[in-house]
Amino acid sequence: MEYNLTMPLKKEDITKLSAGDIVHLNGTILTARDEAHAHILEKTENGKEIPFGLDESVIYHCGPLMRKIEDKWEIVAAGPTTSARMSKMTPELLDKYNVFALIGKGGMTNVTEAMQDKCVYLAFTGGCAALASENIINVKEVHWLELGMPEAVWVLEVENFGPLVVGIDAKGNDLFSKIDEKARKIYSGL
Amino acid sequence: MSNEVSYNNVVEATVSILRKAETTLSEDVIETIQKAKDGESSTVAREQLNAILKNIDIASRNKVPICQDTGILIFFVEIGRDLAIDFNLDAAIEEGVRKATISIPLRPNSVDPLTRNNSKDNTGDGIPDIKYNFCDGNKLKITVAPKGAGSENMSAVKMLNPTETDQIRNFVLETVLNAGGKPCPPIVIGIGIGGSFDKAARLAKASLLENMTDMNELELSILKDVNSLGIGPMGLGGDTTALAVHMKKAHCHTASLPVAVNIQCWANRHASIILGGEE
Repeated sequence: MEYNLTMPLKKEDITKLSAGDIVHLNGTILTARDEAHAHILEKTENGKEIPFGLDESVIYHCGPLMRKIEDKWEIVAAGPTTSARMSKMTPELLDKYNVFALIGKGGMTNVTEAMQDKCVYLAFTGGCAALASENIINVKEVHWLELGMPEAVWVLEVENFGPLVVGIDAKGNDLFSKIDEKARKIYSGL
Repeated sequence: MSNEVSYNNVVEATVSILRKAETTLSEDVIETIQKAKDGESSTVAREQLNAILKNIDIASRNKVPICQDTGILIFFVEIGRDLAIDFNLDAAIEEGVRKATISIPLRPNSVDPLTRNNSKDNTGDGIPDIKYNFCDGNKLKITVAPKGAGSENMSAVKMLNPTETDQIRNFVLETVLNAGGKPCPPIVIGIGIGGSFDKAARLAKASLLENMTDMNELELSILKDVNSLGIGPMGLGGDTTALAVHMKKAHCHTASLPVAVNIQCWANRHASIILGGEE
């Protein structure tokens, strides 16, 4: 199935998706990778305020390449980063915040339980930063720039962003682990 | 003796090959991806390869980097024995990197390994990584190969026992299995065999520069095994897990068998320029 979804997402938008479906997104997403995840969890733990909303959000595993023209940030290239690096921090993040979707590449491990009934993982073609940038129409805000350009949290407005393949759905299906299991079986038979 | 290569020539040449490598791919790479797409039996895989080809086209048309991970910068420099260089070659390449970081632009990727402080200009201790070799003649050849972390992180070195030559293939396949969708498949696999612990890795990296349409029988047979795993583009399944396999070897200690597998994403970026060489 193919879906074109517009933010803010509703829970039903997420729970109806199945692994293998194709999705295009419209609206606001925010980038977060290793350092931003660690920062969010640390600040939450210490009861400190987070300067952007995480409930009902869509998080993009991405460290974009940006350029500042006068005082306005502009996207140069912004493809997905390897999501597996965020696997360990994701269950706690999803426990604290009601994040609806994660966008990244390469899949994640041990997150299906944490994502059950509330979150999906959407895969964007890795390395396709020029393609992704064509569908990012505005840089709305940046937070935590002191972490460095790739690690900062960029709030982006996207239009027809995709194609995104539902890699992990909210029903416990994980396309990546299925392919991985099959590959290991083939290897042991070689 | 020839002395016509200047510091500024090298700075400008560095900027120019970086721009070429970051925004375009060579013909053999594009041809191999196109061929893979035409032969794919999986619809999801074909869509991924289609997005990749579209992305390559947009990047070269708009002169923007193919991937936001513009890499850690690896240079291979060949210096003609008859060429006289009277300036600091490292410094010239570094200045080129700093200029390119602003003008292309490149993402600042170089950080201190422990404090993680970003130098903001893609230079730092030992970075860019510049490998020098001497060659005949009076030319200076500079090649840059920007290396993304997604694929580099999935690479591996193993010190096999000297009697385990039959384990080399398994080590390659296991490295690819463990990498799964993480290194942005379809990948290019560089294999270094022999030398020493570090030389094997350098051979593996250098073999990524080889023409992707030109493989020997052994390389083709490893490629066939890798593609039989069905990991496919981006780990979503399909016939194309790898696009090419290249291998380089060196003599090694009679008691050793070092093997290195350097994984490269589909964006096998590299560009070269030749300076000097006039009679």
